[in-house]
Amino acid sequence: MYLFTDGNVLSLATFFPLIGAAVIVLLMIGRATLGLGKGLVDQASRWIALVTSALSMAAGIAAWSMYDPKLGGVQLVAKAVWIRDFNVEYFVGADGISISMILLSGLISFVATIASMPWWGSHQANEMAGMHDDGHDDPHHPKHFSVRMVPGYMAMLLLLQTGMMGTFASLDMFLFYVFWEVMLLPMYFLIGVWGGPRKEYAAIKFFLYTLAGSVLMLLAIIALYYSSQPALLADGTMSRLHTFNIIEMAKQAQAGVFASAAPILGFGFTKIVFIGLFIGFAIKIPMFPFHTWLPDAHVEAPTPISVILAGVLLKMGIYGILRFNYAILPDATAWAANAIAVFGVINIVYAAFVCLAQKDLKKLIAYSSVSHMGFSLLGMAAMTPQGISGAVLNLFTHGIISPMLFLIVGVIYDRAHHREIEKFGGLATVLPEYTAIMGLAFFASLGLPGLAGFVSEFMVFSGAFPVFTTYTIISATSVIITAAYYLWAIHRMFLGKLNQAYVGYPDLVWRERLTLYPLAAFCIVLGFYPQMILSMINGSLHALIRNIRPL
Amino acid sequence: MGHESTQLVPVVVTHATWLWLIPLFPLVGATINALFGWKLQGIFGEPKSMKGGRGKQLVHSIAVAAMMASFAVAVYSFVQLKGLPHEGRFLQQTLWNMFTAGRLSVDLAFSLDQLSMLMVLVITGIGTLIHVFSIGYMAEEPAYWRFFCYLNLFVFAMLLLVMGDNFAVMFFGWEGVGLASYLLIAFWYTDPAKAAAGMKAFVVNRFGDFGFIIGLMLLFWGLGGAWQARDGLVRNLDYVPSVEMNSNAGAATAEESAALAPVVHGVKVGPTMNFRELRDQVVIEATGVKEHLAGTTVWGISLLTLIGMLLFVGAMGKSAQVPLYVWLPDAMAGPTPVSALIHAATMVTAGVYMVARLNFLFVLSPSAMGWVALIGAITAIFAATIGFFQYDIKKVLAYSTVSQLGFMFIGVGTGAYWAGVYHLLTHAFFKATLFLGSGSVILGCHHEQDMRKMGGLKKHMPITRWTYLIATVAIAGFPIANGFYSKDEILWKAFTSNHLALFGTPTPWLGPVIYVIGLIAATGTSFYMYRSYYMTFTGEYRGGDGHHGDDHSAPAGTAHSAPAGTAHSAPAATAHADGHGAHAAPAAAAAHAAHAAHAAPADDHGAHGHHGGTPHESPWQITLVLAILAAGSVLTLFLGIPILWQHTFAHANTPPILEHWLEPVLSAKVAFGHGTPAMEWLFQGLGVLAATIGFVAARAVYKDNKHEAALLAMIERWKGVWTLVYNKYYVDELYEVIVLRPTAAVSRAFSWFDGKILDGLVHTVAAVTKGFANLDGAIDKYLVDGAVNGVANVIGWSGGSLRHLQTGRIQTYLYGALGGALVVVLVNFLIS
Amino acid sequence: MQISLSHFLIVGALLFCFGLVTVTTRRNAVGVLMGVELILNGANVNFAAFNHFVVGGVSGQVFALFVIVLAAAEAAVGLAIVLAVFQTFKTIDVRYADLMRE
Repeated sequence: MYLFTDGNVLSLATFFPLIGAAVIVLLMIGRATLGLGKGLVDQASRWIALVTSALSMAAGIAAWSMYDPKLGGVQLVAKAVWIRDFNVEYFVGADGISISMILLSGLISFVATIASMPWWGSHQANEMAGMHDDGHDDPHHPKHFSVRMVPGYMAMLLLLQTGMMGTFASLDMFLFYVFWEVMLLPMYFLIGVWGGPRKEYAAIKFFLYTLAGSVLMLLAIIALYYSSQPALLADGTMSRLHTFNIIEMAKQAQAGVFASAAPILGFGFTKIVFIGLFIGFAIKIPMFPFHTWLPDAHVEAPTPISVILAGVLLKMGIYGILRFNYAILPDATAWAANAIAVFGVINIVYAAFVCLAQKDLKKLIAYSSVSHMGFSLLGMAAMTPQGISGAVLNLFTHGIISPMLFLIVGVIYDRAHHREIEKFGGLATVLPEYTAIMGLAFFASLGLPGLAGFVSEFMVFSGAFPVFTTYTIISATSVIITAAYYLWAIHRMFLGKLNQAYVGYPDLVWRERLTLYPLAAFCIVLGFYPQMILSMINGSLHALIRNIRPL
Repeated sequence: MGHESTQLVPVVVTHATWLWLIPLFPLVGATINALFGWKLQGIFGEPKSMKGGRGKQLVHSIAVAAMMASFAVAVYSFVQLKGLPHEGRFLQQTLWNMFTAGRLSVDLAFSLDQLSMLMVLVITGIGTLIHVFSIGYMAEEPAYWRFFCYLNLFVFAMLLLVMGDNFAVMFFGWEGVGLASYLLIAFWYTDPAKAAAGMKAFVVNRFGDFGFIIGLMLLFWGLGGAWQARDGLVRNLDYVPSVEMNSNAGAATAEESAALAPVVHGVKVGPTMNFRELRDQVVIEATGVKEHLAGTTVWGISLLTLIGMLLFVGAMGKSAQVPLYVWLPDAMAGPTPVSALIHAATMVTAGVYMVARLNFLFVLSPSAMGWVALIGAITAIFAATIGFFQYDIKKVLAYSTVSQLGFMFIGVGTGAYWAGVYHLLTHAFFKATLFLGSGSVILGCHHEQDMRKMGGLKKHMPITRWTYLIATVAIAGFPIANGFYSKDEILWKAFTSNHLALFGTPTPWLGPVIYVIGLIAATGTSFYMYRSYYMTFTGEYRGGDGHHGDDHSAPAGTAHSAPAGTAHSAPAATAHADGHGAHAAPAAAAAHAAHAAHAAPADDHGAHGHHGGTPHESPWQITLVLAILAAGSVLTLFLGIPILWQHTFAHANTPPILEHWLEPVLSAKVAFGHGTPAMEWLFQGLGVLAATIGFVAARAVYKDNKHEAALLAMIERWKGVWTLVYNKYYVDELYEVIVLRPTAAVSRAFSWFDGKILDGLVHTVAAVTKGFANLDGAIDKYLVDGAVNGVANVIGWSGGSLRHLQTGRIQTYLYGALGGALVVVLVNFLIS
Repeated sequence: MQISLSHFLIVGALLFCFGLVTVTTRRNAVGVLMGVELILNGANVNFAAFNHFVVGGVSGQVFALFVIVLAAAEAAVGLAIVLAVFQTFKTIDVRYADLMRE
């Protein structure tokens, strides 16, 4: 008996964490009413989080293996009518655009869950991190996030996972928006409660910024809905007047339904809807000039949350643009391609320069994420097979590499309680294993061939070059700057004479190994065999750009 | 040359299933040492022991065994390749498809033709020897396993580079060797200067990679038809009539991608990363690809010239050409075997290899060739002059390497591809000998690198001395060793090349000019190499005791003032050497004090300082390797006996062995000018004369280290020039000013913009919103709520006031009733 | 001198006023009750006078008799209340019996 079937796999991947969260909430109620012990509830909620996110990951991997790239199109569909009056359906499914993101989301969620545990560490490392649980929360001496209000943290983490998985899996606009917003709230609390010194500022900035984007997106979604034509619902009946079905909308777009819709405020319908959706997603990417929430959110977020933020959440911007703007508004996309490329170039080069000036390691890595997401923008704007495949591959590779980078920052922050690059020095002498894994991650991020980052960069360049020659040349300078800021950071932190303050620091512990080594292995495998991702995504992506720019 | 009648045909591919083993063995070796090396050393070795013990034996056995296995497979491949017909020597193996999107399809595939076979033999052969050398050289190193891991990793990457069947695999290797180079230069990372040298090497190479990638994109684009962005829509304009060459066709798998490639006259055409497919479609004229490429211009420049020059920018970085050579002298911060293997014999020749590999492309653009040759010549003379006055023995060899690489580029730039590759081979032997010899000297002199503290070593280190002398003879260009044959061929071809161009205009004078520059550089080469030989091996030993205090102050203190205080980007080893000079303590002790700081955990090195004193010959692993390489430096001359000599002495008319071997790969034909045999003899004579002049001058000044002071006194009047040359023309300082500081300034400006302006905007929006909210709140509080509360307050107040009327006393009420009645009466009265 | 209605009315008004003054000014609860009697008797005088001069018959006198009976009953109840007040407050001074305040 096989647990996962074509019909249920995506739903299971989405709702396993939610079930976990519900059980944890029951435990919390049990603690309040039945007087269950704090230790028991904490441990139980950790186990529940581990198990349910592992199940979700397993479902994600199963979905990956079930998806047949030869057939292409939307597979693994589950459909039911949800709110009949508004033609809202529960409609999940995967195509080449989303299948790699579903896999990534499962993997990174699980890694983040492991990283949220206070387990598998050495006594010394735990003491340094402040993971000893003395039973009460002292607001003046905040403890490590992994031992602070554990059930709440785990419930929020699981809710976040449900939101992410659902966002990637849903093919109904309304459902998509619901999941999109479901992600927002746990993120706010995870940063705002378990974050660093300026957590409130960062959390509010993150929340308001993304919410502003969501509002634009919601308006655009409503506009699209009221311009759409009816389509068949899951039960075989016709929907009333309009539809939220993304796939049907894309078909209607091909038939010119949206192109002929009435203008809004004197602007062409598709263009203004495009802009609304685009800004909503651009904030999430984040795209210059909407990126300033990211460094703050990263700096204050606890390590696993940074991991999820960089590994999965940033990808939703690009994913959303491909899913909505590219699929439903092809004319407007062609109209905006040049602007997208320009913003991509600015992201790449500008953020790389900003990285060079950073003093906080986590901020440096946050800005490097901004820079790397620019590659995806440039690649997808080119609308060539290499460009768009490279752009989505870049989402995946960056989704593997940047979690590594943030985990690496977390390792040193847990020990030293600061991230000032200049204050370190010679760490390679005391932390050889850490240095080795750091080197792998940094070199992967700077695009060393043989590691994951290179191929996507190369594909984006080769795809964008024929279309945006000058832009590509400008963005290719980032290969120099990126190398410079990473190597300089390595130089200042790890090489040179050992700063005596760090003598006797413990090297990696098993928890950190459990999170870093699988990602590192993935990083190398992807470096030499990126086709394992590309073969899944190529078909859908190339069909997507053919719609925008027919042969 | 002169096989004009040969009709070029597509390459015949022979599949070979064992090729992947060649890079696999070093990879496995590196992996084992990376994962378990430190454990092996910890379990089996005695950390405090001088020679390491069995743990280190295990570590180096793994590494050397991997190299030997790789070399054995390479030799087997050579035998197989030799068994194939002359024109069809091409072994190929595809492992898997790495990535595919549209027409971009890249396999992880290896191929061996005559050129890459030569490179593989050099890499695995000399690589094995240098591994063996390292056993002796690095015996005292605590991080022994790390060294051998990196060394194996380097060989793996270098093999990918030369065996790659396509640009992508080559680029994997290209960057991989860069990584290994970074790791090995910064091997003693606790010294910030050495770590910085590694960083500099990588970043400077990235400048080259930038050019390389853009060149590659241009090539791919040029083959794929013209793309245009128009009205926001991207369109593909086909260029080959009747051939569908649409790069836009989506292809998800390698098979689909291959099916998209149109076939013209039996040759697949269109964009490709594959060297063989590229070569076939370019050299077979019937495809029309050559005409298309030649007729395409980008930004007003010929596409082919642009491609050639951009790819050459990549080569400039890797092969240390002006202006990207600056990293190589600093790279001497790495252990000496690394300098020999990576920074002399193999990695730095990658650029030469690449140009030779793409000879069919470069030959189509005389301008690109002209630039390659010219940059090569400039580098050759530029680096040679810097080499004149360096005192650090490794620095001399580093600048010598840069200069010799310049010669190689003269060769491949003028179209004498085989000569360039031959010089690559001869250089690999003699420069490896020289570097390893210098390593042996450094070890013998207890980690002293300053030649002013050496001298008289021929008594103490006879084998090192003889091998060093043989290699010096080779590099100087005397016909008894290999260097003469390659250098002479390059210079002769340079003189007779009248096909070069610059900026698209033919420049027949360029060849002879390059020849003259090259000849002067060759004279300089001979001078500085014999100088290093005489300073090191003749006269009295000047290290180890106190009478060294005066011999580094010439000329008149100019030497120290400038470099010691230069900015942080000044080459590491310079600072190092000058630091030594500044020490007042006995030289050996000073050297150790400085060196101990570099070595990772420094306990072993500290111990080593106590047995200073007289220099000693190195262990057998070192001398054996030196002897083999020196023999190679002589014996490889037989690969390049000029056709002229064979004609004169043996009445044969066969081309040199190597030229014949490489002929099918380096098929690009260049119309060199014709020279008479008499002229050729004359030019060979001139070459020997140049070597002799350098030799005699160096002997006169430096023999037994007696007359340097006189020379320095003589050039005192050109002190400015001397200082300029001694300080390497202040190129590092120039880079500091024109690259580093602006970059830092831009990054600070952007960071400021991000923090103050962009985030400021966000905060302004937030503040404005908050202001509105406060205003709104005030309105709510004082106006809206004010009204509601006002009513309530009035009622409350009046109630409070009125309640005093209710006294509970009956009589009060009666008063009230009475008053009320009176009022009623009065009102009644008044109204009526 | 002819005794007219006005004279009776003046007597009745005087009685009423005396009663009113007694009721409003006396502090002794029994005094207040006595004032009430005066007010009632003022009214009785008016009943009898109006009956004699304006209406005729005996209905006014009957009303007066009712009032006298009522006054007796009222005096009984009032004195009982005064007794209760005294038991509660230990005084029959009406100023202190102000529990109904507010």
